[in-house]
Amino acid sequence: MAITTTGPMPNALTAGRLPRGAVWMVLLGSWALLASVFALVQMGGVTEKYNLIGALFLGTVLFNIVLFVITYLVEGARQARDRLASSLVVTAFIIALLPLVSLVYTVLINGAARMVAPSFLTQSMRNVLGADGGAVHAVIGTLEVTAVAAIISVPIGLLTSIYLVEYGRGLLARVITFMVDVMTGIPSIVAGLFAYALFVLVTGDVGFRSGFGGSVALSVLMIPVVVRSSEEMLKLVPNELREASYALGVPKWLTVLKIVLPTSIAGITTGVMLSIARVIGETAPLLIISGLTASVNYDLFKDRMMTLPVFVYTQYSNQGANQSDFVDRAWAGALTLILIVMLLNLGARIIARIFAPKLGR
Amino acid sequence: MARQSTGVITARVRLGDRVFSGSTVIAGSVILGVLAAVALFLIVQSIPAITAKEGTLPNSAPNFWAYVWPLVFGTVWSAALALIISIPISIGVALFISHYAPRRLAQGLGYVIDLLAAVPSVVFGLWGVLVLAREIQPFFVFLNTNFGWIPLFGGVVSGTGKTVLTVAIVLAVMVLPIMTAVCREIFLQTPQLHEEAALALGATRWEMIRMAVLPFARPGIISASMLGLGRALGETLAVAMVLSPARVINFFLLTPQNPNTIAANIALQFPEASGIGINTLIASGLVLFVITFIVNAIARVAVNRRKAFSGAN
Repeated sequence: MAITTTGPMPNALTAGRLPRGAVWMVLLGSWALLASVFALVQMGGVTEKYNLIGALFLGTVLFNIVLFVITYLVEGARQARDRLASSLVVTAFIIALLPLVSLVYTVLINGAARMVAPSFLTQSMRNVLGADGGAVHAVIGTLEVTAVAAIISVPIGLLTSIYLVEYGRGLLARVITFMVDVMTGIPSIVAGLFAYALFVLVTGDVGFRSGFGGSVALSVLMIPVVVRSSEEMLKLVPNELREASYALGVPKWLTVLKIVLPTSIAGITTGVMLSIARVIGETAPLLIISGLTASVNYDLFKDRMMTLPVFVYTQYSNQGANQSDFVDRAWAGALTLILIVMLLNLGARIIARIFAPKLGR
Repeated sequence: MARQSTGVITARVRLGDRVFSGSTVIAGSVILGVLAAVALFLIVQSIPAITAKEGTLPNSAPNFWAYVWPLVFGTVWSAALALIISIPISIGVALFISHYAPRRLAQGLGYVIDLLAAVPSVVFGLWGVLVLAREIQPFFVFLNTNFGWIPLFGGVVSGTGKTVLTVAIVLAVMVLPIMTAVCREIFLQTPQLHEEAALALGATRWEMIRMAVLPFARPGIISASMLGLGRALGETLAVAMVLSPARVINFFLLTPQNPNTIAANIALQFPEASGIGINTLIASGLVLFVITFIVNAIARVAVNRRKAFSGAN
């Protein structure tokens, strides 16, 4: 291995340094070595499939060790530790990317074909026994439940953040801030149980299920997110704008409505969209309070209502006679869900970028 | 009406002001009311289960605490395992984005990690059980045959890969974005002068990070871990789909007999529960609420202390 310095004459300034490119050569070398080892193992018949991930993983481990040893011998202990830390940090990043890549890849591969099949977005699961059937009831349910959750939580969240930034002083503001923090940490399933307990108390029906209950549960999860993000955005509005407005004799409420909110509306919209993206994928509370059904139900206040996350869950967990049909639908539902969330995220970022207030001159 | 006598000028109180500020106060109070209602309703619905006589509870548990204890253990155990996996990785990723990656790339890489946070938990569950569990099962067999003498890897190895270790990996992936985001923010707040001073004294990059960045960021790392812990404790569907549960308390990582978590147990049992079974599940939800409340409160205190501290320098 090329660990000594090259060139006709040893140079005092570059001696004791690894030559350029040595790191990459060690990396490729250790990958190649482990790849061939695994190839031999496979030819020996120990494993059936070629274990690419294992080869890459062990190759990376070998790379870290070899690089550490070489650097230790050539450059000394401190440089060796530095290089080890660098390679470990990069390794951590790649490890974090692996599940993302694997997840997106498998969802696309397994879900795309079924999702574009004509039945998926035109049929419900009512009276479906074979491979067709779709998620239209779940999509309708998700859109209705989430929309109502947003209608409940956006005004409350926005007004609370206005209170915290513009009016709130003293004990009440501190208590609200603390409680919003606490609410952020409520597990989603507890929110579902709360909505269930609430509606059982109100209606007296122990088997109560409805889409509106799901909206209430989702609002519990959504309000703190809206408050937090709107609060951050309102704080960004420069005080000079408020003072200029007061100086012109504008009352405080009109200042907030006409000056502060329009200035921060882009950021607030972004925050709201991100919070919608967060709750639209919630499964546990909807499983408890909205229940599951195979039919389309437009009425939020009556009967069970299917939602997309619950659809994915039930297609997987209650597999019928022909399992692959159900698993295919589950993947397709998962892909639909991811696409909706990604679109919301993307839209939020675009709005944030285009309508960001121009604070500079 | 300005009071001339004292010389203090107060603005005329307008109807619009009254209405507007009043409505913001009401909105804020609604939040307090909701939180109180959550606690109240859960307690009301839990009382029948907590006071239930022997023989009426599900799983023929003698009392509620005997019912919930294995679930509490499973919840804490799987979340702790997830943290053990995700803390080093999230610190590494955050360091990579804040101190190692080229400046132009850094923000884009941050977005990529944030994408993980956008994936719904049910999709993680589906991926965990249909992809990860199957792929990782041969590795479990390997661990079991070669390292079975370590108690953690002992026992009869699972044939499906649906074990607590798989769950911990899925949970680790799910809490990674929030932990990375918090760590990254804290690392970026390190005073630049400290970093430059360390480098000027001849420190390598790693020595600079160890001497300047990590000591500064320690409270932030702790609070990030607690936030991640709070998420992992309350995660429901991914656990419910991936784990093959049993009513046991053990520390084996690779067996098909795994302690279940509170949240997953609720999700699995609730659709079929009735009578006192529902009350029992709600009471276990209350226990989960209390646990996550404590964890999050600790995290908040750590974050707030940190804030007060950084304001001074």
